[in-house]
Amino acid sequence: MGLIGPATSCDPRSTPPNRNKPHMLIHEQSRPGRRAAAQAPLYSAEVSDIPVSARRVAPLVLPEVSELQAVRHYTRLSQKNFSIDTHFYPLGSCTMKYNPRACNTLAMLPGFLARHPAAPDSHGQGLLACLFELQEMLKEVTGMHAVSLAPSAGAQGEFAGVAMIRAYHRARNDGARTEILVPDAAHGTNPASAVMCGFVAREIPTGPNGDVDIAALREAVGPQTAGIMLTNPSTVGVFDRNIQEIAGIVHAAGGLLYYDGANLNAILGKVRPGDMGFDVIHMNLHKTFSTPHGGGGPGAGPVGVSKRLEPFLPVPLVVQDGDDYRWVSEHERPQSIGRLTAFGGNMGILLRAYVYARMLGREGMKRVSEFSTLNANYLMARLKAAGFDAAYPQRRASHEFIITMKRETKELGVNAMDFAKRLLDYGFHAPTTYFPLLVPECLLIEPTETETKEELDDFVAALVAIREEARTNPELVKGAPHTMPVRRLDDVRAARQLDLAWRSTANCT
Amino acid sequence: MPFVPHTDEDVAAMLGAIGVATIDDLFDEIPRELRIGELAAIPAGMAEMDITRLMQARARADGQPLCFIGAGAYDHHIPAAVWQIASRGEFYSAYTPYQAEASQGTLQLLYEFQSMMTALTALDVSNASLYDGASALAEAVLMAVRANRKTKSHRVLVPRALHPAYRRVLRGIVESQGIEVIEAPFDRQGGQTPVAALDALVGDGGFAAIVINQPNFFGVIEDVDVLTDWAHAQGALAIAVVNPIALALLKAPGEWGAAGPERGADIACGEAQPLGMPLSSGGPYAGFLCCKKDLMRQMPGRIVGRTLDLEGKPGFTLTLQAREQHIRRGKATSNICTNQGLLVTAATIHLALLGTAGLERVAAACHANTRRLAALLCEIPGVEPRFDRPMFHEQVLRLPAPTADLLHALAAHGVLGGFDLGPDYPELDPALLVCATELRTEEEMQRYVTTLARVIAARTQAKCPVEPKI
Ligand SMILES: Cc1ncc(COP(=O)(O)O)c(C=O)c1O
Repeated sequence: MGLIGPATSCDPRSTPPNRNKPHMLIHEQSRPGRRAAAQAPLYSAEVSDIPVSARRVAPLVLPEVSELQAVRHYTRLSQKNFSIDTHFYPLGSCTMKYNPRACNTLAMLPGFLARHPAAPDSHGQGLLACLFELQEMLKEVTGMHAVSLAPSAGAQGEFAGVAMIRAYHRARNDGARTEILVPDAAHGTNPASAVMCGFVAREIPTGPNGDVDIAALREAVGPQTAGIMLTNPSTVGVFDRNIQEIAGIVHAAGGLLYYDGANLNAILGKVRPGDMGFDVIHMNLHKTFSTPHGGGGPGAGPVGVSKRLEPFLPVPLVVQDGDDYRWVSEHERPQSIGRLTAFGGNMGILLRAYVYARMLGREGMKRVSEFSTLNANYLMARLKAAGFDAAYPQRRASHEFIITMKRETKELGVNAMDFAKRLLDYGFHAPTTYFPLLVPECLLIEPTETETKEELDDFVAALVAIREEARTNPELVKGAPHTMPVRRLDDVRAARQLDLAWRSTANCT
Repeated sequence: MPFVPHTDEDVAAMLGAIGVATIDDLFDEIPRELRIGELAAIPAGMAEMDITRLMQARARADGQPLCFIGAGAYDHHIPAAVWQIASRGEFYSAYTPYQAEASQGTLQLLYEFQSMMTALTALDVSNASLYDGASALAEAVLMAVRANRKTKSHRVLVPRALHPAYRRVLRGIVESQGIEVIEAPFDRQGGQTPVAALDALVGDGGFAAIVINQPNFFGVIEDVDVLTDWAHAQGALAIAVVNPIALALLKAPGEWGAAGPERGADIACGEAQPLGMPLSSGGPYAGFLCCKKDLMRQMPGRIVGRTLDLEGKPGFTLTLQAREQHIRRGKATSNICTNQGLLVTAATIHLALLGTAGLERVAAACHANTRRLAALLCEIPGVEPRFDRPMFHEQVLRLPAPTADLLHALAAHGVLGGFDLGPDYPELDPALLVCATELRTEEEMQRYVTTLARVIAARTQAKCPVEPKI
């Protein structure tokens, strides 16, 4: 089986032993008086005019280490991570595809990096040209009338989108619309964004085949409905075939349709949210447009709208005036929902997405959905053939799909989390576990278009091998991982005996 | 095919395993009439060398003018190691550390970040970042309104001397939950927020929280002790908005106010950009948020804790997740999911390289440079300091001509002279907010001064009207 097998000390997939040593905090390496002197000004300037009453009292305790210590420490910490660059990372709903290096290099050119956000537009024509063209490309791929690049991530795009829905109803003096409908399969950010925006989130069930329960939807809509938040394909990994009917029902009730663009990768260049009837959408550029996930972020969550919502778009927007580009802010857009961050968005991420979009071009964009869908359906077919249970076996997979470990949990006592943890030992990042909440013991698997067939085959072999281990030696799987820098961590202890920061004296409890 | 590895044989084998004839068949559940043809408005793809040429030309077009603007984003030295390490694929291309055992690098780093931020603010708990300083303030206000069971008020008091964009973002985010934002005036002489003016604003409703900005948007150092005590006397929470570099010199939020059980700001938030993040036209930056421990269950965002593995070895994991949207959905403390992790990676490495002494030196150098710059500029007739109170690293100057005109002329000479306060503060017009960080040299400051003097002189010679000094 070659590389497929649990890692052992002579296996190339295993971690070198020194990486497994408990690793001191940078604070614990600190020695008073030691410093990375080259990094700060060579002199101590005079500050005596700052009143003593305003000065710091308690000494500031930051690590005091040499430059080499810091560089070695953080380089070694990086080596304790799984990442796309080092491992297959089929984390469903997150689109962990290859982040082209050119995007990083070109977004970090000095002219872009050094530009102050308040610099005049005359000193930003290069940046603004990229952002304007990105707005235009995003309009085209989504079929929306106008786009704002302002939101910093998907959830902020959701907030902006729901705020626009609110502003729209208000502008029509329709104050009775207080509810946002959210399918039970939706990501947690959807109801959280609706509530943050002052709405009540009402749940709609998913039918047995993965599509929204139409009868329940008909029941739920009414004059209190402000809108519905949907992703299509949904988080259960299928395309909702009734989308036009759903749009009809919600629109007839006077509500608007919000599209959560987390799964846009599945349909890029094939179908457009605007054509499906959505009024407002967000995109996750850190998913579909391959900007880095950075250990948690940053992202970018541009919003697109139909014509009737355009006045409410968040600012700033980029417009073209003759040969010049310029920012448009709230002064020119009195109905705008306003500003979401102080300086208008994650520009460096938008530049990365722009470079990626230009490298793909129109043909490349279509290939994104085609090959991410091919990889997902292939992986699902192989896993089904190997005896795993797809959550929706009769359906096509979108760019992702769910397998449920319900049977394995019952028969072998080894659950989805155990499989996930054991996959780490086999050198694979785990799929998304226990989301969406409606499928028990689920693994949401998203291989993305940038993975090779060989990688997918290895992944199947690993899951088969783990199931075999679960039969013969379940404790091995339940005790996984074995080869990571740490064994399975005690989350209950973490939440009960809180240790959230290093203190020079005692820990916070 | 860029970034798609499939050979023709792969595709054939994969389609065979699925049992379909073409890739297109995989889309057969999508209603026909919804399918689109060509994406006409998307240009054809480009090779890396061609997009490189285009981006280099565009970056060059933006130039690298000499920058004396601060106003919430600051041009500091970033050690070379910071982004070399932060750009390593293991940090750059990982995601939220859901699988803790395979993410100990990110998790330990975040724990170290939390430790550094709690040290800077002298508070108990830090989260692992929010989008930026302004949205962090909005989250702090939402958190305070939820947490304040004393006043049960939905009003918050915010200084007018707070960044205008922060005030706008705050309003846009919190007003949808029925929270009212009330502005406290600033003193025209000193530029600080006078506590004497606040009593008149209390009204019947009281305040859930009071925002205290140190230094304030004008660079002026506020009487934070008095303001914090006033907040607590009202039963309001004190929310500090602070610059992390300034905290090397200025009193930490946890130490604000008179000694006693209530001592200290309850929440501190702000913009982490000065800690190793390039200006980059406004982002990505990172918001930080710290609080006293009795408020931590109201905190938004990720928090990392240290725990033990099943062999008793220490390790790190996301914790207090019952606050978050993926568990609590509509009842979460915030909707935030993706945050600004990579920027926090940079900030942590930055702080480790600078250490206490380095950060103090940077802060002191910024302070001294801005004083020096202001003194030099005030030698030009008609230019004078607008406020008479001490500042940290920004200063408001009164100008002898409309600010926008002067800035425009300066920019034509490759100098970005500062932030025009006129549009947001008509009562101060014409006024300019200048900043000289540790990066600005004596020659650069001299260049600014001679350019401005020349620009003003040229206007006078052209007999442009100059506002008389009052
Ligand atoms: C389906 C779905 N919706 C919304 C989000 C939220 O996006 P973000 O994390 O960019 O805020 C995510 C992902 O994280 C998601 O998977």
